[in-house]
Order: sequence, then structure tokens, then C-alpha cells
Amino acid sequence: MKALAFLGRGIKRSGLLGFVFPVLLLLVWESLSRFGIVRASLLPPPSAVALTLRDLARSGELLGHIEVTLMRVAFGFAGGTLAATVLGALTGYSDLWRRLLDPLLQAIRSIPSIAWVPLFVLWLGIFEASKDTLIAVGVFFPVYLNLMAGIQQVDRKLVEVARVHGYRGVALVRYVLLPATLPTYITGLRGGLGLGWMFVIAAELMGASEGLGFLLIDGQQTGRPAIIIASILLFGCFGKLSDMALARIGQRFTGWQDSFKAAKEKEANASDRSGLQAI
Amino acid sequence: MLRIDRVSKRFENGLAALSPVDLTIERGEIVGLVGTSGCGKSTLLRIACGLETPTTGEVILDGEPVTEPRSEVGIVFQEPRLMPWLTVRQNVGFALSKFSKSRRGPLIDAALHKVGLTAFADALPQQLSGGMAQRAAIARALVARPSVLLLDEPFSALDAFTRLGLQDHLLDIWREDKPTLLFVTHDIEEALVLSDRIVVMRAKPGRIHAQYEIDLPRPRRRADPRLQVWKERLLQDLDLVAA
Ligand SMILES: Nc1ncnc2c1ncn2[C@@H]1O[C@H](COP(=O)(O)OP(=O)(O)OP(=O)(O)O)[C@@H](O)[C@H]1O
Ligand SMILES: [Mg+2]
Repeated sequence: MKALAFLGRGIKRSGLLGFVFPVLLLLVWESLSRFGIVRASLLPPPSAVALTLRDLARSGELLGHIEVTLMRVAFGFAGGTLAATVLGALTGYSDLWRRLLDPLLQAIRSIPSIAWVPLFVLWLGIFEASKDTLIAVGVFFPVYLNLMAGIQQVDRKLVEVARVHGYRGVALVRYVLLPATLPTYITGLRGGLGLGWMFVIAAELMGASEGLGFLLIDGQQTGRPAIIIASILLFGCFGKLSDMALARIGQRFTGWQDSFKAAKEKEANASDRSGLQAI
Repeated sequence: MLRIDRVSKRFENGLAALSPVDLTIERGEIVGLVGTSGCGKSTLLRIACGLETPTTGEVILDGEPVTEPRSEVGIVFQEPRLMPWLTVRQNVGFALSKFSKSRRGPLIDAALHKVGLTAFADALPQQLSGGMAQRAAIARALVARPSVLLLDEPFSALDAFTRLGLQDHLLDIWREDKPTLLFVTHDIEEALVLSDRIVVMRAKPGRIHAQYEIDLPRPRRRADPRLQVWKERLLQDLDLVAA
């Protein structure tokens, strides 16, 4: 009992708390299939999924699929972000450009993006270009909307301070507008990346001969649920990892916000503790 | 010399914030601006530093019209307005973009020392109390030594002790390089202790109601009976005491 309590405290300290439920889930899932409570042909146990992954990796097939999917997300994300940054900056800074462009973009936004697929395929063919474009469309809107809103919400009072101290044009952008906008922009980038992952699956489900999405379909058509589950897990891992990377990069530039949050959390924790003491 | 020449201001919503105001401030003069809330003091300061354009009239600094903010004119706003992503030190340094890197350090150190924020140089604005933030803003306005300094209720967010300290600090600065000071205050005693001249404004429409030369020698003691006489007089002007 004591040892268990000790272990519990150790986990709590080491920040492994988030792993407790996934591990439990894996154990339950494994035993459900092992003891025949669910049919392994529908829900293979995690160990079978792991073996499938290993086999795919050994044959070199897996790496190829991962690479293709990552490249699609990367291209789509880059393209969508670039367009969104230019247009978002334009409509954010300039009233005129906003009134010119924003209504059109908002109208386009209300079209479900998958509806573009036939057109993109017709225009760009069934290969990479149409997929990358679809992903870019998905990435575009969160980035665009956040950047535009971020720029518009910059505190006018801070801009005045900058003007009083002689900041104009580029200097004003560099030293006030940019840092003030960055947190919302990064929120937009993360949202965009999330949608990028969603759209890459959509693009690959609708016809691809490579990629993690293809692997999903392949698993379905050949009746191998282990492959489907393995691809889902891989999507999850890469989605999470890429988001963490983006968050990490963002934190370097918006650390001032996080340290504020950290300070607040510390305060909250402190009041938690004092509450306990009172009891 | 700072000359506010028949300046009036009507906002887009039709509100006449200032009816023509004439005010001439000599180089190195200290002018205190008092008046009830909403009578246009902040508006006048904003026009004087070129942030706001007057509807009629103009502001002339040393013979040149002020149409947009200039580096010789510094302002302390009614709120601290610190950049939340910069530390206190960087916020003060924000005013020194035209100075070389090597000159910035010592100037910032001195400015922070004078407002008593040395220990918080590396703190972020969110970690400061209201009074500390306002002191940082004052340091930022003073650090580049502008020749005209406009202050909009600079000390009203501060506790009495800090306020007295910073009033003295302001006078120290003034003694060193004699900037022209125009400051708004709701504290009549503060106006009396600091000012060469006190301008009383009234609302609806915003205008100058009276001006008084306070020809008492400095340093002035706050308990000086002559100040009490002035105080009575000014309170009457502001309709705060029945005549
Ligand atoms: N941008 C604006 N648009 C419309 N009206 C404004 C604007 N700025 C100020 N006003 C109005 O102008 C009048 C004067 O405002 P101002 O801020 O100059 O007053 P004040 O004397 O500084 O008051 P306080 O002592 O409360 O700071 C007020 O009635 C205010 O509502
Ligand atoms: Mg005001």
C-alpha cells in the first residue's frame, strides 16, 4: 500500500499524470481482446497494432507514407499561411482593403471546403497540386481571421505611445504592431495546422496511392483493422507533435503572455493551498 | 515657447470639447492645469503634443506649428500605457530609440533609480502595481529629457508618499534642464506646490476660466499659509466652495 502511494506521488511529481489514463485504457483494451470479449477481427489488441506498425516500418513502407503525408501538410500549410498572412495583414491594417476583400473572403469561407475538391481536381489534376491546394484552403481561414482580428485589436493607446516617441511606418510595425499581434497570429497558425491535418485526411481518403490516409483506406479495403488503428494513432501523434513544435516556437516570441499566465496560476495555486490550510 | 493659439475641438459626434483656448507657456515655465472632470484637459494636452488635430487654431512650438508628435515633446498619459511584452527596463528604453545602445543603459538605470523601480527593472508590466506602472511610465517620459513635458494627472494613481517623492523628483528634473512643464492635476495643493502659473478650466464648452501667477519662492512648504489663501481662491473658482 505504502509503495503504491509512493509510486502515486512520484507520478504526480514527474508530470506523467497525463499518461495514467492512456495506459489504463491500453490495458483494458488489450485484455478485452485477449479474453475474447470483443472480436479481435474488429478491434485488434494494442499489441497486434504495435506488431503491424513494426512490420510496416520494417518493409520501409511506413516511412514512405509518413513522408508523403508530412510533405502534403507542409506544402499546404506553407501556402495557406503565406496567402493568409499577406491578405490578413492587408485587411487588418487598411480599412480600404478590408472593405474591398473581406466580404468576398467571408463568403468563400462559408462554402464547405470539401466542396472545392471536384473543381481542384479538374483544374489541378488528381495528384499533389489539388491536395496541397485543398489543405491550403483549410489552413487559410483560421490564420487569416486571427491575423486580421489581432491587428485590429491592437490597443490604440499603445500605438499613440509609439507615435509620441517617434515610431513611424516600419518601426511602428516592428516594435508595436507585430509583438502585439503575435499571440493571436500564433493561435491562428495552430488552428490552421489543426485544419491542415484534417484536410490532408480528406484529400487522401478521396483518392491517393500513398500517405497515411491511403493506409487508412487500404486497411479498410483489405479488412485489416490493425492498419486502420495504426494510421489513426500516427495521425494523432504527428498532429500533436507538430502542434507542440509550433507552440514551442510561438512561446519564444510570446513568452510575456505565458509568464503572466504562469504567475496567475501560481497565485491560484497559492490560494488553493491557503484554502486547504483554512480547513 | 509653446503657444496654443485659438485652439478649439469639436469631435465627430458633435461634442464641443474645447471652445477657443489661448495659452502661451514660456520656455521653462511650469503650468498647472486644473478643472472639473470632462472639461477638456486631456484633449488640450493631446492637441498640444500633436496626437489630435484641433478643429480650429494651431499649436506653435518655438515658431513651428505642431501637426504631429515630435521628439521634443514628451507626454505622460493618464494611464501607464506600458507595452505588455516589454520589461520595465525595455519600456523605459522604448523612448530612447534614437540613442546609441551604449548611452541607453546608464540613462535607463538613472531614470529607474529616480522612480524607485531599480529592483523591478526586469519585471513585466503585468507584475507591477498600478502605482509602479505609472512610475515606469513617468520614467519613460523623462528618460529622453524632452524640452516640453506634458503630464496628464501623472501622480493621481499614487499613494501620498510616492506622490510627494515624485513631485520633488519632477522639480529636480526641472532644475537640471528646465523643460517646459504643463501638467494636469485634480490636486490643488499639488498645483500650488509645483506651478509658476495655474490655469483653471471650465466645462461646457471647455475653456480657460482664469489664470493665476503663483509668485512664491521655491521650495514651497505645503503648510505655507500663503498657499492656503490660494487654495481657498481656487476652490471657489472650481465652484467647490460656496463664494
Ligand atoms: N475621442 C473622443 N470622441 C468624442 N468625445 C470625446 C473624445 N475624447 C474626449 N471626448 C469628450 O470630450 C470631453 C473632454 O474630455 P477630456 O478627456 O479632455 O476631459 P478631461 O478634462 O481630461 O477629464 P478628466 O479630468 O476626467 O480626465 C469629454 O466630454 C469627453 O466625453
Ligand atoms: Mg483627462
